[in-house]
Amino acid sequence: MSKKVTMDNKLAFVRTEDAPILPPPASEAGITGWLYQNIFASMSDFSSAGASIRSVLMGLFSFGLLYVGITQLWGLLDFAIFSAVWSDPDGLKREACWTVEQGGQLPAGWHAACWPFIAAKLKFLTYGAYPADELWRVNLAGFVGLVGLVYVLIEGLPARRHVGILMLTIYPLMAFILLTGGNLDVDYGNVGLYVLISLGLITMARMGAAGRFGSSFQDLSGIFSVAGWLLIVYAVILSVVGVDTSLEPVDTRDWGGLLITLVVAITGIVASLPLGILLALGRRSNMPVTRLICTIFIEFWRGVPLITVLFMASVMLPLFLPEGVNFDNLLRALIGVMLFSAAYMAEVVRGGLQAIDKGQYEGADAVGLSYWQSMRLIILPQALTHVIPGIVNTFIGLFKDTTLVSIVGIFDLLGGVQSTLADAAWSTPVQGLTGYLFVSVIFFIFCFGMSRYSIYMERKLSRGRSH
Amino acid sequence: MAEASKAQKMSVSDEVVVSMDSVNKWYGQFHVLRDINLTVNKGERIVVCGPSGSGKSTLIRCLNRLEEHQDGSINVHGIELNNDVKNIDEIRREVGMVFQHFNLFPHLTILENCTLAPIWVRKMPKAEAEATAMKYLERVKIPEQAHKYPGQLSGGQQQRVAIARALCMEPQLMLFDEPTSALDPEMIKEVLDTMVSLAEDGMTMVCVTHEMGFARKVANRVIFMDEGQIVEQNEPEAFFSNPQNDRTKLFLSQILDH
Repeated sequence: MSKKVTMDNKLAFVRTEDAPILPPPASEAGITGWLYQNIFASMSDFSSAGASIRSVLMGLFSFGLLYVGITQLWGLLDFAIFSAVWSDPDGLKREACWTVEQGGQLPAGWHAACWPFIAAKLKFLTYGAYPADELWRVNLAGFVGLVGLVYVLIEGLPARRHVGILMLTIYPLMAFILLTGGNLDVDYGNVGLYVLISLGLITMARMGAAGRFGSSFQDLSGIFSVAGWLLIVYAVILSVVGVDTSLEPVDTRDWGGLLITLVVAITGIVASLPLGILLALGRRSNMPVTRLICTIFIEFWRGVPLITVLFMASVMLPLFLPEGVNFDNLLRALIGVMLFSAAYMAEVVRGGLQAIDKGQYEGADAVGLSYWQSMRLIILPQALTHVIPGIVNTFIGLFKDTTLVSIVGIFDLLGGVQSTLADAAWSTPVQGLTGYLFVSVIFFIFCFGMSRYSIYMERKLSRGRSH
Repeated sequence: MAEASKAQKMSVSDEVVVSMDSVNKWYGQFHVLRDINLTVNKGERIVVCGPSGSGKSTLIRCLNRLEEHQDGSINVHGIELNNDVKNIDEIRREVGMVFQHFNLFPHLTILENCTLAPIWVRKMPKAEAEATAMKYLERVKIPEQAHKYPGQLSGGQQQRVAIARALCMEPQLMLFDEPTSALDPEMIKEVLDTMVSLAEDGMTMVCVTHEMGFARKVANRVIFMDEGQIVEQNEPEAFFSNPQNDRTKLFLSQILDH
């Protein structure tokens, strides 16, 4: 035992021996520490009568909650798995899920999911009315998309960046051609004209940047360059979708189910982030006109319910378009969803931008970075990291909002399930519950996946950057 | 008169790096810079001091256009600072700046902080930029931290990284905006030592600082500002031992007598 160092009320004190470093008490470390801190801390105070009553009540409350949670979960598992009918070997359809009272085989009072109903409708719920002979096209597009997505999401794979770029450029075109059949009416004369104009614009931009046309044009060369490249991209897209692929064209009215849900959700998600970033930057711009336009855009789209947007897009818009001009119902809904979610995304991103210290902008300016460089390299990486939870929240909201397209006659997964409920061949008391449970599970898988990936991203990006 | 330090014996050339001619600036109604005339020659080390709110930071922030002046003209390196974005970009390439709060980029490693601007602004190949960055990190004596993030470094180390980051652009002029004001006392010396060694190498420097020891040792001119004006400027020895203006006397008595 070391000699105890005392420090009386004397003014002078000199430590001669270091105080020993001791292990923590049991309530701070190990399993007992975890149990104490996480479970029993609130119900282990019996120092007085009042505290004892409080501890007991807390204990009862905790176990009550636990009981409710477990019984609820058990009920769900029982309905969905243990008591559910899984197969219909004799092809009885609805009778496979009837109880004795209803004229079937199942014991009286049986109440659980009827999965053969979903199995029978699975093709419809996945593809809608997509022609059976052409389903390989959907499968191929889905398979390539899934492989590409997984590849991009896993850290540390080689050439991940390149795969990502391919997924954002070539893949959408490929998916478009596979799903619709491509072969649009494209006037290749116009395409040639676009290419010529864009080449001219780019040449002018190059020469302008080199100062051939005087300094006032030099400032405009950036705009010319951007316009030129956009036009070239447009021309390339046009010429690709116009290629005669000899695939049978499939009208989007025949698409349905999960296919529609994923097309709407993925297009919305992929388009809303870049659009939202541009809108957020615009709303914080020093240029009053840009700021005004972005603000009006954001406030308009945020102020209108998505259902209204979809109605406008599908019912009102054709009234304003000249006769004969008619574009696809799904495309209109897609554009509506895209702009709607971009407005939400813009506000999330703006929140992130506001959290960035003014010093970061000044630091970037002082080393000579241009506006776009400092946004891309300094500001946005930090701002977006701050708002990953908000961004993913918007994605998840968007994913679930895709169900609203069923209101304008596009049969997404939920709409598909609802229409199968009318099938009398499967009419049972649990038909609706089974259908909605199926939809919930599918949506939960996607949304929970996004949520977990966002948590992983947050951890990864915050590594080593503590302040 | 005390013996001049090594830095003060450095020759000052006739080449003008900065010239401010009747510069005025307002924040709204507030006249923050009033008729500033200042010339800085190549190789000069200038210390700007003055009470809080006297416009010293604003003055040096005008030199790389972090602040815009409304009247008068500022020439840096022979380029007029006006609304022309190209001029601003060109000047910022040649002028390094060190801030009170370092303003390192927290999402990039120390090395990336230093190579970013050379790569993107000077279009330097990555390997060359990294070699340059390591050279300057060695110069500020923290090459071993190159792969850490700024948040893992102490304040003094961060400020030295900020100096290295500015040096990587090989600037003609370095601006220091109270580089030691946000540091813990035991870290001030390491940053000042770095600045002294920079001065000894002949870097043109304009420093806003309250470190009067540094001013005595390094500066060849001390400028005192109050209420947006240059009130007094002199060689450091004369400035500290024989201030002329009453406001200078008051200021010096306040910062030195404790």
